[in-house]
Amino acid sequence: MTDQANQVPSTPTARMFMALGGMAMLSGFLVVMAYQITKPAIELNQRMAVEKMVFKVIPGATQRREFLATKDGVRPADGGEGIPIHAGYDDQGKLLGIAAKGAAQGYADLVHLLYAYDPACACIRGIEVVKMAETPGLGDKIITNADFQANFKALDVQLNEAGDALAQEIVTVKHGSKQHPWEIDAISGATITSKAVGKALNQSAQALMPLLKPHRALIEQGVTGGKAQ
Amino acid sequence: MSHKIDTRISWDTFLEGLWRENPVFVMMLGMCPTLAVTNSAINALSMGLATTFVLTASGFLVALGRNLIPSQVRIATFIVIIATFVTMVDYAIQAISLTLYNALGAFIQLIVVNCIILGRAEAYASKHRPMKSVVNAAGMGVGFTLALLCLGVVREILGAGSLFGINLFGANYEPWVVMVLPPGGFIVLGGWLLLFEWFKQRKEQRLLVK
Amino acid sequence: MPTESLSFIFLNAALSNNFVLALFLGLCPFLGVSGKLETAFPMGIATSFVILVSSILAFATNWILTTLEIEFLRLISYIVIIASAVQLVEMTMKKYSPGLFRALGIYLPLITTNCAVLGVALLQTFKSYGFLQSLFYALGAGVGFTFAILLMAGLRERLQLADLPTPARGAAISLMLGGLLSLAFMGFAGLGAH
Repeated sequence: MTDQANQVPSTPTARMFMALGGMAMLSGFLVVMAYQITKPAIELNQRMAVEKMVFKVIPGATQRREFLATKDGVRPADGGEGIPIHAGYDDQGKLLGIAAKGAAQGYADLVHLLYAYDPACACIRGIEVVKMAETPGLGDKIITNADFQANFKALDVQLNEAGDALAQEIVTVKHGSKQHPWEIDAISGATITSKAVGKALNQSAQALMPLLKPHRALIEQGVTGGKAQ
Repeated sequence: MSHKIDTRISWDTFLEGLWRENPVFVMMLGMCPTLAVTNSAINALSMGLATTFVLTASGFLVALGRNLIPSQVRIATFIVIIATFVTMVDYAIQAISLTLYNALGAFIQLIVVNCIILGRAEAYASKHRPMKSVVNAAGMGVGFTLALLCLGVVREILGAGSLFGINLFGANYEPWVVMVLPPGGFIVLGGWLLLFEWFKQRKEQRLLVK
Repeated sequence: MPTESLSFIFLNAALSNNFVLALFLGLCPFLGVSGKLETAFPMGIATSFVILVSSILAFATNWILTTLEIEFLRLISYIVIIASAVQLVEMTMKKYSPGLFRALGIYLPLITTNCAVLGVALLQTFKSYGFLQSLFYALGAGVGFTFAILLMAGLRERLQLADLPTPARGAAISLMLGGLLSLAFMGFAGLGAH
């Protein structure tokens, strides 16, 4: 290439290092700048997305507070270890419900849910699908099918005597054969996705419910104690 | 050997990537995003725009530094440049719309291995002036976006009965769901290629007859 | 860390969410090299090897990046790792099997831009897989890719003798074929799940 013939290479290796080094520095500068500029907007988006979901699954909630549930207790979210939960309160600060996440493998990929737990009735009051890749028209009926959604008006998640697990496992049963409040009636033609919902709820509830029960008062005080989000 | 590279910018510089050397339909490059994110028109458009940005920005930088980058490390340097701009686009999309970001998924970051960009950097930007490279890259990007839109529009209309999210056929339309699933992507692209090839052959036949 | 079993992860990557036919990753070589069985198989093996090496290195890199809290360098680091892994495979192949090296030609360095390789690295990071899970994911991806490319090559070799209308020959029919294969692979969905 005539362009390169006009240059006088000092030491080829030195030039290579200089070029790569210079490029790396420029690249690093651009990336860090982009990261810093967009960081506040991204965090705002994520917070708003979570908030939107929580308020959707806990109707009537206008304030929320994030906690972490662990074996040793429930504490306000501080970025540490624990199962994250979102408590939703109304304008007066009354606890309306607790939202938690669950996920399980569906037909194509994981189905991610947010479900609302009502400590007053020890039951799940509703679910929202956060993310899924199920077949449009088939698996995505879990969102649109009113009968399926009715499963979650009062899904029983009471604890057993010892308080270390659910009294009855949440299980998805064949369409039309639901008899107990801890069962989920599957959508006919979308069994795998319906089962995924059941598995996601069961796994999450089994881990979370035993941790929440002793600390209900703390969560209820959520907004009256500190500032709400 | 010296051969004079045409340094003038003409319409042809821009149009080259649009039709004659359309990256998807003619050169068959950048297949992965073409099939993966065209399940709806808005996804197709966003991916096309993001790729166009990376194409033009990296084309500019590569052309700017074309005399400074030693030939042995040029591919590595190009890749780092491209990866930088892709990372920037990734953050930009997250900041603009999380829904869009989740819809496009890993494919935003996969723009970095889109053969079009590296190919263009190697074949064009490393040999032409910055402004000319930018124009050419923009043409390629627009060509790519149009190709993606061809696919996205067809797949969305057939597979979901909507266009850019606006429902077209009403509630009773039973969509041809496979069109928004992976097989649909393959088949629709095959269909478009068939169409273009057929046009090309008819044109050639008519020229022969004259 | 997700609770999926290793066998499920492997089967998922190889069949139900096959990288080429379901996730659309690795299409350039899939359409480019699948013309003949004898080049398709070594391509599949070479790609699988690069995927495996890159996956392991990417896991280590991600661990370092997260510890140092410089995740924004992830994409650049991954692509550098992949380029190096491909160089490694190229040098090894040139030394131990030069015939294969020549047969694959330009497609060997092109593994660097194979979406499947970067795809595996990115997806294992997004899914927060542990080390063993990432390993099985990478193995499954490689096996699935090779399987798909072999099927395609076998079909296309047969297609050479078929009587097709001229506009359909070449790219158009290969894609339609890919579509049919993809449709067939949808039957694997739910495999391994209990």
